[in-house]
Amino acid sequence: MSKADPNAPKRLALISSKGTLDWAYPPFILATAAGAMGWEVGIFFTFFGLTLLKPKLTAAVSPLGNPAMPMKMPFGPEGFQNINWPMPNILMANVPGFETVATSLMKQTFKNKGVASVEELREMAIELDVRLIGCQMTMDVFGFKREDFIPQAEIGGAATFLEYAADADVQLFI
Amino acid sequence: MVDVIKEDQVLDCSGMLCPMPVVKTSKAIKELQSGQILKMIATDPGAPPDMEAWSRQTGNELLRSMQEDGKFVFFFRKK
Repeated sequence: MSKADPNAPKRLALISSKGTLDWAYPPFILATAAGAMGWEVGIFFTFFGLTLLKPKLTAAVSPLGNPAMPMKMPFGPEGFQNINWPMPNILMANVPGFETVATSLMKQTFKNKGVASVEELREMAIELDVRLIGCQMTMDVFGFKREDFIPQAEIGGAATFLEYAADADVQLFI
Repeated sequence: MVDVIKEDQVLDCSGMLCPMPVVKTSKAIKELQSGQILKMIATDPGAPPDMEAWSRQTGNELLRSMQEDGKFVFFFRKK
């Protein structure tokens, strides 16, 4: 089955399933780039990805489960900034406050390099009419209410996403 | 001697990384009339392939792509 309208714009359907800072970027980067190319875009936010629809974004970097994550220092001479600091994740994940430090280091490095913040990218996605679909089931499981999310979000389930994705040219699970 | 392209609007995306040059360019070109020319300047080394892809996907023709003073310069004609 192909699309009903052959002249319809291309469509990108994304699933965003993770809520940490490093995983918050890819869906919004792809969504805004596709929107800028005139594509239709929809993102289905499920499980931990659902937190990316909250008005205030609290996405952080977790060293746990990012075993190969190098850390960059956002200050000091260029040679120092270019060093990849290995993060022994099992050890560091247990250090109180380390997540906050890792998060602010990554945010600052991204900012220094000219990467937009996740907040800015989400704003642009909204401007580009990207459909932001929150997963109803995840809301029920974690006890979220409609008011917990930005007003631009719509709420739906697996069938809502699948119907949208069925007519998409690109579908990605992130 | 290459002929000079006269732009109607200039957009400077220096210092911005992916996906900002693409997003800003699409926003800027919406303000133009069909046939008008947008000059875009970027420093992101990923910009040349991305702007070519953007041009192909949107149909806004890439008239010229060049390097000037270590920056990438693009001229697009709005579809």
